[in-house]
Amino acid sequence: MTSTDLRLDVEAIRADFPALSRQVRGDNRLIYLDSGATSQKPVQVLDAERDYYLKSNAAAHRGTHLLGEESTDAYERARARVAAFIGADPSEIVFTRNATEASNLIAYSISNASIAGGSGGSSPRASTVSPGATALAIGPGDEVLITELEHHANLVPWQQLCQRTGATLRWFGVTQDGRVDLSDIDVLVNERTRLVAVSHQSNVTGAMPPVARIAEAAHAVGALVVVDAAQSVPHHPVDVAQTGADFLYFSAHKMLGPTGVGVLWGRRELLEAMPPFISGGSMIEIVRMEETTFLPPPQRFEAGVPAVAQTVGLAAACDYLDAIGMDRVAEHERMLTQRAIDALTEIPGVRILGPLTTQDRGGAVSFAVDQVHPHDVGQVLDEFGIAVRTGHHCAWPVHRALGVQASTRASLYLYNTPDEVDALADGIRTAQKFFGVI
Amino acid sequence: MQLQSMYQEIILDHYRHPHHRGLREPFDAQVHHVNPTCGDEVTLRVSLKDAGGEPAVADVSYDALGCSISQASVSVLTDLVIGKPVSEAMEINGAFVDLMHGAGGTAGDAEPDDEVLGDAVVFAGVAKYPARIKCALLGWMAWKDATARAMAELEVEQI
Repeated sequence: MTSTDLRLDVEAIRADFPALSRQVRGDNRLIYLDSGATSQKPVQVLDAERDYYLKSNAAAHRGTHLLGEESTDAYERARARVAAFIGADPSEIVFTRNATEASNLIAYSISNASIAGGSGGSSPRASTVSPGATALAIGPGDEVLITELEHHANLVPWQQLCQRTGATLRWFGVTQDGRVDLSDIDVLVNERTRLVAVSHQSNVTGAMPPVARIAEAAHAVGALVVVDAAQSVPHHPVDVAQTGADFLYFSAHKMLGPTGVGVLWGRRELLEAMPPFISGGSMIEIVRMEETTFLPPPQRFEAGVPAVAQTVGLAAACDYLDAIGMDRVAEHERMLTQRAIDALTEIPGVRILGPLTTQDRGGAVSFAVDQVHPHDVGQVLDEFGIAVRTGHHCAWPVHRALGVQASTRASLYLYNTPDEVDALADGIRTAQKFFGVI
Repeated sequence: MQLQSMYQEIILDHYRHPHHRGLREPFDAQVHHVNPTCGDEVTLRVSLKDAGGEPAVADVSYDALGCSISQASVSVLTDLVIGKPVSEAMEINGAFVDLMHGAGGTAGDAEPDDEVLGDAVVFAGVAKYPARIKCALLGWMAWKDATARAMAELEVEQI
């Protein structure tokens, strides 16, 4: 294989994922098209976690014993590995519980800065808020800008932040093909805009909004830019510096890694200015009964014993993906997505909720089937061992905007094959026959 | 194929031709229930009447959006409870909830009591698919809630 050959050896990859060889619902081979919800895990990731538990298990950043040192070392090496995966500096990587906690960390930190900056808790002795934190404070008259296609994790925390602080939530609409509608960007991004939160890739429509363009407009008015990369980092090469983001976050479990660990990247000066979100052990500098000072980031945001084994697994996932090459992963998914678009648009009564080209589009293919509810479509597909997501996929507003109550979603990854996409199309036709609509 | 065990012909019939559909006047209570994982929703009204000194279900009307299971389930419910004394309707409701939760740890395998449940016994196959139990229960939970509210109103009026 030459460096310009972007083909994947899918059969070799599939051999690393024991779950993919399962027979389900009778003698059907599992066809897993739900990686947008969570990916399957290769044995390399599982082995890394197990190896850590077997040899080096201890509470990281505590203790003076050998295992404690090894655990701390494993944890910090994982941080460096994840940083390298997205072109970041390790000191700018905060481990969270998942992507949702990452967006909440930003929102609550801003909220805490806003309270402390006001009449709330600003005693002269309070050391909880750095001078830079007051610059993060938002309140009435300020605006937070999001989009209508966001996952609830990049929507509800900002809505709640606005409710707590009195700021106003505004949003870009979506076009009928499920992209962010930027036609009113000059109105929506204005001198009142303090923060813009946008998805790097929609988990419903697959659309990849022009984040760099949005970031440029946001920065021109001094607003911060938060990028939800939960659906992009697992599927494309991502370099944080090129995104234009000030913060970017994602989850390990959608990129072949374990559940229970997420990643927040933030520009160092911002992280340094931010007050804590969750407080307790591991994140403190000095604790007295009257007051506490906090460690610098990233430790300031990592209270409690960290999920070391999971971060070790995540690092192994980064190794796995980099060994294949993220450009190859992206090209493989582009090919599968094109096939899915072609196959589904051929079926009468099926409407794809998202762009019908692979331009600026990832491998989430959501669709509506006339007169067959997504639950019923999913049930018929499951009968043939095809795993898809049904419902609103934690993105209710975009469904409403596209005129459907819910949808069925196939989401593709490096281990999927063209045959599996064809089986999906066959399964949809079977569902239509079963419910008597064709 | 297992599908037929879930999608019994009676269920598909109710789905295609739902009974007692639409919101009607008068009513004593109205509720709106949703299944937050899929967005399915039902608005349901209950009207009570006096039947020889005890409250009975005069009418159940509803407007629902959802899958075949949730739609058929609420349709079957209306057939079973309209005209019955509230106490008896509540027993039917309890039996249906037990059927869905597989009372005794026998989800989907328990012999449902068709004397109490009538057509609703066909939902026994649904209990084998945990993800769909909420679909089947949506309308039944809404009815129970609405009826409890209507009964509470009744008690207030009697005081």
